[in-house]
Amino acid sequence: MTRFLPFILRSTLRNKRRTVLTILSLIISLFLFCTLRTVITSLAASLESASTARLITRRSTSLTFMMPASYRDRLAQIPGVEDVAYMSWFGGVYIDERNFFAQFAVDPVRYLVMYPEYRLTPEEKETFRRERTACIIGEKLARKYGFKKGDRITLRGTIFEGIWDFTVCGIALPATPDLDTNWLLFNGEYLNQRMGDFGQVGTFVLKLKDPSRAGDIARIVDATFANSAAETKTETEKAFQLGFISMLGNIQAVIYALGSAIVIAIGLVSMNTMMMAARERTREIAVLKALGFNDRTVVGLVLAEALLITLVGGLLGAGLARLVFAFSNFNAGGFFQQFKVTDGTLAQAMGIALFLGLVSGLAPAWNAARLRIVDALRHSG
Amino acid sequence: MDSPTGARPIIALRGVSKTYWRDTIEVPVLAQLDLDVADGEFLALMGPSGSGKSTILNLVSGIDSPTAGRVVVAGVDLGSLDQAALAAFRARHVGFIFQSYNLIPVLTAFQNVELPLLLTGLDRRQRKQHVLDVLGIVGLHGRSEHYPRQLSGGQEQRVAIARAIVSDPSLLVADEPTGDLDAASATEILDLLGRLNREFGKTVVMVTHDPRAAERAHRVLHLDKGVLVESVRRDRP
Repeated sequence: MTRFLPFILRSTLRNKRRTVLTILSLIISLFLFCTLRTVITSLAASLESASTARLITRRSTSLTFMMPASYRDRLAQIPGVEDVAYMSWFGGVYIDERNFFAQFAVDPVRYLVMYPEYRLTPEEKETFRRERTACIIGEKLARKYGFKKGDRITLRGTIFEGIWDFTVCGIALPATPDLDTNWLLFNGEYLNQRMGDFGQVGTFVLKLKDPSRAGDIARIVDATFANSAAETKTETEKAFQLGFISMLGNIQAVIYALGSAIVIAIGLVSMNTMMMAARERTREIAVLKALGFNDRTVVGLVLAEALLITLVGGLLGAGLARLVFAFSNFNAGGFFQQFKVTDGTLAQAMGIALFLGLVSGLAPAWNAARLRIVDALRHSG
Repeated sequence: MDSPTGARPIIALRGVSKTYWRDTIEVPVLAQLDLDVADGEFLALMGPSGSGKSTILNLVSGIDSPTAGRVVVAGVDLGSLDQAALAAFRARHVGFIFQSYNLIPVLTAFQNVELPLLLTGLDRRQRKQHVLDVLGIVGLHGRSEHYPRQLSGGQEQRVAIARAIVSDPSLLVADEPTGDLDAASATEILDLLGRLNREFGKTVVMVTHDPRAAERAHRVLHLDKGVLVESVRRDRP
């Protein structure tokens, strides 16, 4: 087939404007496909980094309700629980709503011990424990806003109203690059005191002595607080994050629906282009067949032309998505730990491009194979 | 109708009939035709529109099949071949020359002529040599990189002739090869066809309305309503 390449290339570029527009539509659609699929893979990646050695306990009714901080002592007494720390979603605004990132009020001593995958110096940890308004910034967030140690950060509370000032006492470095560091942690005692010793927390993190007993311990925890004013729901960190993500609705189904719609629409565009191109060249195809090109070769030429267009579009669209998200450090305002177009997504995009090429080339190729030379030469000349 | 030269026939039609259907109406085009064309003969087919001359051309070149009868070309009974074998037969034995040239507009003269060779086992260097040779024969050596739109009608037809002969077929079928040309260009093309017949031994079957073109042939067959009504043999020019 390589000897036909110049012919295929020239035929593809016969109507340059149409070819370029078709390739552009493929680039845009496969860029979008890669973006949508990367939403799914990024969410999945965030679950992968979650520990199975930790449980999260929250109110059974909803994550938005808090529970008594006093639960901590009872949780710590449950056999198999090594340590307990609390963590409360703060929901403050930095300058304006566009600068979204996660903020948590945490147990100033135990929380950092339970998350050794975030690296801080002993001095930073000590300052965090001691200073009421101290905060720790994750590395990616620090890089994004240029935060450094000693900086003052002011947040406007939305759940806990008022203006909240913090001083950066440390920048947390992740042990592995896939860990999320788009967050701010501050001393939970600051929140408690400013809210008048209200004694409420959002969630507890339970460190387990034996991760294989996670299911049993979760059941014991929830049984401990059954029929209380604040019943609990305990699950692994991974299950908790999955539940948190599911609060956003069935993202995966929406994304797949959107992706399918894009693929179908572009498939129709490509098919139309290829059929127009083939129809305009009915006489040429008849001449090729008269010269001795058999049906198989003619089908191959038409399919190769369609594949060339869709694969070039796919390569550029998927490649562009990979480059754009690799160099832009995009993370949807901190929603994703990382937003990277994976090799699997690239392969899927190219698979779709291949599929579109075959589908869009099939009808004109079939017509070319069935074409009667005599009729084509008589009618189109 | 037998070949008058007595030479071995390269084309033999026996009891050939051809009928077309236009919706439900049966249109007979050829009726019980017998015809021999000798190897190396230059045959002209003349007659009014619808007389069946182009149909004979289509039948002997293997792009159409008869309703009845046998078509044997170069010793091959075309009725015994499937579509793939017919394509291979055309590639090996038949060179087409059309009235409107039918060159591929996005290909250069060189690439147009090279097309039939893409179906052979020749490598790139060999193909190039063959193409340049035949472009030399048709007098277009210096125009190999020109596109059809950059050539005159006569030059386009010469490229088409080069394409027809590049794979060295034994039979050239020409359907009104001078129909779209001015008188001077038509003369050049007819000279070229005569030369291919004389010097290279190509059998030429040409459909024409032009008596001056027919004068170049060894034999002129007149058809009317699918029947041979007259055969005129000329001395070899």
